[in-house]
Amino acid sequence: MIKTDVAVIGGGPAGMCAAIEAANAGAKVIVFERNLSLGGQLVKQTHMFFGSQKQYASKRGFDISKILRDQISQNKNITVMTNATVIGMYEDGVLTIEHDNKYKKVLPRATVVATGASEKFLPFNNNDLPGIYGAGAVQTLMNVYGVKPGDQVVMVGAGNIGLIVSYQLMQAGVKVNAVIDAAPRIGGYLVHASKIRRMGVPILTSTTVKTAHGTECVEGVTLVKLDENWKEIPDSEFYLPCDNLCIAVGLSPLTELMWQIGIEMAYVPQLGGYVPKSNKNMQTSRPEVFVAGDASGVEEASSAMVEGRIAGLNAAKFLGFKTTDTDSKLADYFEQADSLRSGPVGEKIRAGLKLAELD
Amino acid sequence: MRIEKHPILTFEKGETVTFTYNGTVYSGFKGEPIASALHANGVRTLGHTHDKHRPRGLYCAIGNCSSCLATVNGKPNVRICVEPLTKGMVVTQQNGRGVLKND
Ligand SMILES: Cc1cc2nc3c(=O)[nH]c(=O)nc-3n(C[C@H](O)[C@H](O)[C@H](O)COP(=O)(O)OP(=O)(O)OC[C@H]3O[C@@H](n4cnc5c(N)ncnc54)[C@H](O)[C@@H]3O)c2cc1C
Repeated sequence: MIKTDVAVIGGGPAGMCAAIEAANAGAKVIVFERNLSLGGQLVKQTHMFFGSQKQYASKRGFDISKILRDQISQNKNITVMTNATVIGMYEDGVLTIEHDNKYKKVLPRATVVATGASEKFLPFNNNDLPGIYGAGAVQTLMNVYGVKPGDQVVMVGAGNIGLIVSYQLMQAGVKVNAVIDAAPRIGGYLVHASKIRRMGVPILTSTTVKTAHGTECVEGVTLVKLDENWKEIPDSEFYLPCDNLCIAVGLSPLTELMWQIGIEMAYVPQLGGYVPKSNKNMQTSRPEVFVAGDASGVEEASSAMVEGRIAGLNAAKFLGFKTTDTDSKLADYFEQADSLRSGPVGEKIRAGLKLAELD
Repeated sequence: MRIEKHPILTFEKGETVTFTYNGTVYSGFKGEPIASALHANGVRTLGHTHDKHRPRGLYCAIGNCSSCLATVNGKPNVRICVEPLTKGMVVTQQNGRGVLKND
């Protein structure tokens, strides 16, 4: 049995920040990451971040990932186990993991769940044809491995991920035939939308996918216009060729482990689906289990990092590791989280978080 | 399908190695996921379903969705979107559930 103060499940931006904070407060931390290296989705994010200096504004995601990784490798209180998938979480606090093909048990005194999210899918005819990929898959292929997902793409979803990934596709030399969205308005930031429009890509709202075509791989797609009640308009179908149909319709939190130990959950559409209820300190209905990042509700990378810091500090504090600046740091992180979620763009998230509050 | 020029990214590439997929020899970079090497060679159909025999490709590319399962060196149901490529790997398309062999 491996023993530690804090176990962090998932080495994305949320998990890395949680580990750093808990370790700096004095706790011994182990990070379990199922991939071969830390970074989570950050490693494929090539755009510059918004926010303030504290949130690494104007740095690119993959550079932020390197900064956090370096801080972790220099921290004596943190052990990183990669190729380590946490497969079970039990009532007595034990975690079971598969590490380098071996089954192991871990007994932490507190746990931070930072497992991230998985991509949502869309129902339409032939939606299982090869060449129909999630936006994250497209990002992974082209930004991490340098492989083009196709030669011409139709992007489904005009939220920030759909818009950003369309831009990244063009940077990689791939043609984007159109960005479509079933909603009557573009969901993402207008700066991103204008940028790709200027590059000649039409953004078609009130439009959805009817059928994908192809035998072994996708070769094209029939799209259809929607009326104000989201009903298909008769005879409005049209065809676009594509060898890659990219689905960017959102993410759902990866919460299986928390279901396993009966943590109180809530269905919150604004946060991507079922999420664990948590308090301001990112503590769940099991007091020794904290949550951060997409696993607690899908937002974006900057808020995932702040949530990670809040969860890590509180996990340490829960175990009695408290330094003179714990409270001032926490106050700062709460303020940063609030500012990231302020204004009209944060409205949906704020409403969602209310529904996920642990009472 | 490799990206030759990119305005902000450079790609670290491992040593070039060969492997087989359904008996055909391909090359890829050591350490990249098998599915990425196949994709770079234009191979996107990675299997067929057990019941309706519909073609399957990758979907998430981060090991979540299990759409890319294949048999690697005799072991079935390997998620080839995250399994690193090594020299001489024998990868075969899996049609259906795959068969576990006794050692
Ligand atoms: C594919 C994808 C692309 C995205 N692109 C963008 C973008 O361009 N810009 C943006 O702002 N946001 C993007 N997001 C949104 C995302 O909210 C954040 O960018 C951020 O990465 C979330 O951080 P996280 O640490 O919560 O999750 P992740 O970054 O997903 O990290 C979770 C980590 O946990 C690991 N893990 C999961 N389960 C286990 C387990 N059982 N055992 C061990 N390890 C496990 C995973 O391998 C992963 O490394 C994207 C999300 C996804 C899924």
